[in-house]
Amino acid sequence: MKKLINCVPGWAARWTLGLLPFVLCLVLYLVASNARLAENQHDKLLPSFSSIAGAIDRAALTPDKRSGEYIFWQDTAASLWRLTLGVGISALSALIIGVLNGAIPYLRAPLSPFVTALSLVPPMAILPILFIVFGLGELSKVMLIVIGITPFLIRDIQQRVLEIPSEQLIKAQTLGASTWQIIVRVILPQTMPRLLASVRLSLGAAWLFLIAAEAIAATEGLGYRIFLVRRYLSMDVILPYVVWITLLAFLLDWLLRKISRLCYPWFHAQTENA
Amino acid sequence: MALIEIRNLWKEYGSQVVLEQLNKTVHEGEFVTIVGASGCGKTTFLKLLLGTESPSRGQLLLDGEPMVAEPGEERGIVFQRYSVFPHMTVLDNVVLSSELKSSPFLGRLFGKARKEAEKSSIEMIEAVGLGHALRKYPHELSGGMQQRLALAQSLIKRPRILLLDEPFGALDPGIRADMHQLVLSLWREHKLTIFMITHDIKEGFYLGTRLWVFDKHRVDPQAPNAYGAQITYDLPVDRSAQKTAEKIVSPTQIKLAVGAA
Ligand SMILES: Nc1ncnc2c1ncn2[C@@H]1O[C@H](COP(=O)(O)OP(=O)(O)O)[C@@H](O)[C@H]1O
Ligand SMILES: [Mg+2]
Repeated sequence: MKKLINCVPGWAARWTLGLLPFVLCLVLYLVASNARLAENQHDKLLPSFSSIAGAIDRAALTPDKRSGEYIFWQDTAASLWRLTLGVGISALSALIIGVLNGAIPYLRAPLSPFVTALSLVPPMAILPILFIVFGLGELSKVMLIVIGITPFLIRDIQQRVLEIPSEQLIKAQTLGASTWQIIVRVILPQTMPRLLASVRLSLGAAWLFLIAAEAIAATEGLGYRIFLVRRYLSMDVILPYVVWITLLAFLLDWLLRKISRLCYPWFHAQTENA
Repeated sequence: MALIEIRNLWKEYGSQVVLEQLNKTVHEGEFVTIVGASGCGKTTFLKLLLGTESPSRGQLLLDGEPMVAEPGEERGIVFQRYSVFPHMTVLDNVVLSSELKSSPFLGRLFGKARKEAEKSSIEMIEAVGLGHALRKYPHELSGGMQQRLALAQSLIKRPRILLLDEPFGALDPGIRADMHQLVLSLWREHKLTIFMITHDIKEGFYLGTRLWVFDKHRVDPQAPNAYGAQITYDLPVDRSAQKTAEKIVSPTQIKLAVGAA
């Protein structure tokens, strides 16, 4: 008998075992939902799959009576746009500031403590300030994401830059590189896959800030919808929206991982051997 | 005039004296090989020459001027490890120095200029025996192959002073002999001045024109850090010394051999 730590499931077993918890949850939900509906057929807490399907049909497959839009897709587009814009702006500014901070001691000295302090400000606490300053439009929602995740990204990128072995920076200098050339040829390319990795880690927080901002002030968006229909206890809408958001988050994460593996094979070979 | 003058050079880390009272003169075209016990300060000495560490006391003169305390083009280095760029292929690693030279803003060459730069790089890569691995990344190479890549990367720049920190430690004997020939021919052709640390004393005798032994002159058992290493032997290497080398295998034996001579 092998030791437990040496027993590794094969391909088929991994998939089966991986799906098992999902199937169990579904079954559990079905059982509980059926039990509640049997007692009271107007129960709204755990709607049956058919009423969920009905809600999905109304939101995603039939145009809204008033606006003629498909609200589910409208919400999705609005949220994804805000999210990608917020994360994109954050990633770009974090890349620039983080790399400069990591590479140039005279920039790190004033900026690094400041960024650390900023990262400790709870973003939700300044959401009202954002609404006051940027109004209730798109900008304040995007800004909340930016303010929420940029300090973390900057600190992470700066740390990664500092982790580049000094031998490499010295070697580049002996090959004639200037500060600028070291940044563009040695530091920046090695930071890109690390940026993707930290963006993946910050996506959870980005969704949190997005939904919070949408819940408070918006006219469309996945978060807006969930908080709107909460008033009518519409679990048949809330549940598929939550599953959809989860799926989107998963797909984004998967996409970033694929891009990273495709563009930076040397990085993944390194981290997996280490 | 002397290329490098070392005047009463000390290096301390806190209370630990690593090197003490070094006094040497090195002329252009010398090939200095350095041996000594592990941890006695050989790498530290190279770092002083490279300009990434500065002397605690004393002076290090290059062409009669104090050495610039910053790595630069005139001094090339092959470190014990981490010496190649992991995000560049073998070819890119070697082409890099010409790209840096001709393209100050992007640090990249394209089209004809790049092809031109690749030609001499490929020759150098073939000379270190990596011609079959041009498009491979460092993580796909063995330790010895990475070391040869680092060597090619530095040699193609032809620095006035080349600093090698145990460059051949991970190579097997056949390839090591090839690398010896390569370094010797480039050294002769371009009148390089080379400092090379090695733990193989035969190699030191074979390659160098001058062999330095780093050792602690005095040892206080109560305070092992109180005294630093010095250059205890400075041997001009000629044919007869190379013969001696045939018989010598360890640093203790060299001390005995030199003492007896
Ligand atoms: N940056 C440093 N800070 C403190 N001590 C150091 C530093 N670099 C080297 N040393 C010490 O200096 C001594 C010599 O190290 P080194 O020059 O690497 O030896 P070696 O001869 O094996 O190359 C060692 O005892 C090491 O611990
Ligand atoms: Mg060493």
